[in-house]
Amino acid sequence: MAEGGRPLPVPTPETKHFWEGAQAGELRLQRCDDCRHTYFPPRPFCPKCASRRVSIIKSAGKAKLHSYVIHHRPVPGFTPPYAIAVVELTEGPRMMTNIVGCPQTPEALVLDMPLEVTFEKQTDQITLPLFRPTAGK
Amino acid sequence: MKPKSVAVVGAAESTNLGVIPGLSQIQLHADAALNALRDAGLSPSDIDGIATAGETPTTVAHYLGITPTWVDGTAVGGCSFMIHVRHAAAAINDGLCRTVLITHGESGKSRVGASPRPAYPASLAGQFEAPFGVMGPPTMFTIPVLRYMKTYRITEEQIAMVSVVQREWAAKNPRATFKEPITVTDVLNSRMIAYPFRILMCCLVTDGGGALILTSADRAQDLPQKPVYILGTGESVESPMISQMENFTSSRAFRVSGKKAFAEAGITHKDVDHLMIYDAFAHLPLYGLEDLGFCEPGQAAAFIVGRNTAPGGKLPLNTNGGGLSYMHSGMYGMYALQESVRQMRGVAAAQVKGAKISIAHGVGGMFAASGTIVFSNERG
Ligand SMILES: [Zn+2]
Repeated sequence: MAEGGRPLPVPTPETKHFWEGAQAGELRLQRCDDCRHTYFPPRPFCPKCASRRVSIIKSAGKAKLHSYVIHHRPVPGFTPPYAIAVVELTEGPRMMTNIVGCPQTPEALVLDMPLEVTFEKQTDQITLPLFRPTAGK
Repeated sequence: MKPKSVAVVGAAESTNLGVIPGLSQIQLHADAALNALRDAGLSPSDIDGIATAGETPTTVAHYLGITPTWVDGTAVGGCSFMIHVRHAAAAINDGLCRTVLITHGESGKSRVGASPRPAYPASLAGQFEAPFGVMGPPTMFTIPVLRYMKTYRITEEQIAMVSVVQREWAAKNPRATFKEPITVTDVLNSRMIAYPFRILMCCLVTDGGGALILTSADRAQDLPQKPVYILGTGESVESPMISQMENFTSSRAFRVSGKKAFAEAGITHKDVDHLMIYDAFAHLPLYGLEDLGFCEPGQAAAFIVGRNTAPGGKLPLNTNGGGLSYMHSGMYGMYALQESVRQMRGVAAAQVKGAKISIAHGVGGMFAASGTIVFSNERG
């Protein structure tokens, strides 16, 4: 699906751990040490209780397909039609991603289907977390 | 705000709407502003408050020769103008200024002198959405709808009816871009943009502008137009990323803004004679009807299919044809406000007979922001 040329993120001091994690094959979330809220996208404080005491945790990488569209127009780095999806991680947070390893059709992309993270290297600096149907399903 | 203490005394759109390659973005602001000033019987020297989005208030004030004592550059997308109305009413009531001009102009189609829309790759959206192939509103605003459809068992045919009904309104409006009747089959057979959205479920892309002039209700009595009073107002914001919207079946910004506007106005839903809900895509009126409380969650599609919002229905909705058929320059909220004002003045192309209360409800970004204005044409 991806052919290179897609827009790539520029990490900031607050998001660096997430992108370093992706390079290391880990999906990193953050959890509040005070109220235990797990959240995404990254920031060095809890969006629920404002505590600065937060820890980086490794997500299990399991998710469900929450919603998506299948884009039919050309975009640099993509061959249409391709799905732009939002997945819900078992830890709670949702994130945007692409679904790989399955046809980009409404029949194959069923809401709430189980997914697992997979990592796709883009450059020496950036690896993106994508999701695929859970093996055996 | 204090209901009916402030009124719209001037309202106009740009001289032309549609494809206007001969005017730059700033001139679309000015063209609409000059038309609104003429409508109000005022000149730029009468204006002491300026609010705008898309351009800075500095740019617009200087271009028009205005020396303001109050400025508002709130720019949260297409509902910025609803929020400007709200802020202007508060400012006039507080004596910060007497007469406010709110302008919009956008060369959305021709892109003449248009502001660039840069994606900052270090922003949160640049890092966590842009890499996954999003390309403007058709790929982002649309993402929640499959979840909405699954939750409430809504069909593509029902969503297509939103476009069909609005085209019926557009047919009554000589200034509408698209006036030819369409069917559900036409909508579902039109070109796929981002499944499940076909092109006839997406708004137009046009050029145009609009402007409003507000002053105190007392002063409005001495001006030429029938005053349109501000009865209630609301505003809110949620998330700059569609993926982080709290609930894919309901907009928090809509709920907060709408609730505030109804409370300020002191009205109930059955008091509302006319409604505008910013329709960048066909699902927006569904979320709007539910989040404003006109329909129970999941019931808006049946409400529209049942012709309640169509010509002759009990709740006329998007009577200019909406962003789907009338025009959509990019920040459409101004045109929803213009249609509410026309309905309250009694001069709309598809006039709702005897309408006394109108609501214009706007969205900004992709469910990122909201503004709601309740208008009344009765002071007493
Ligand atoms: Zn916390």
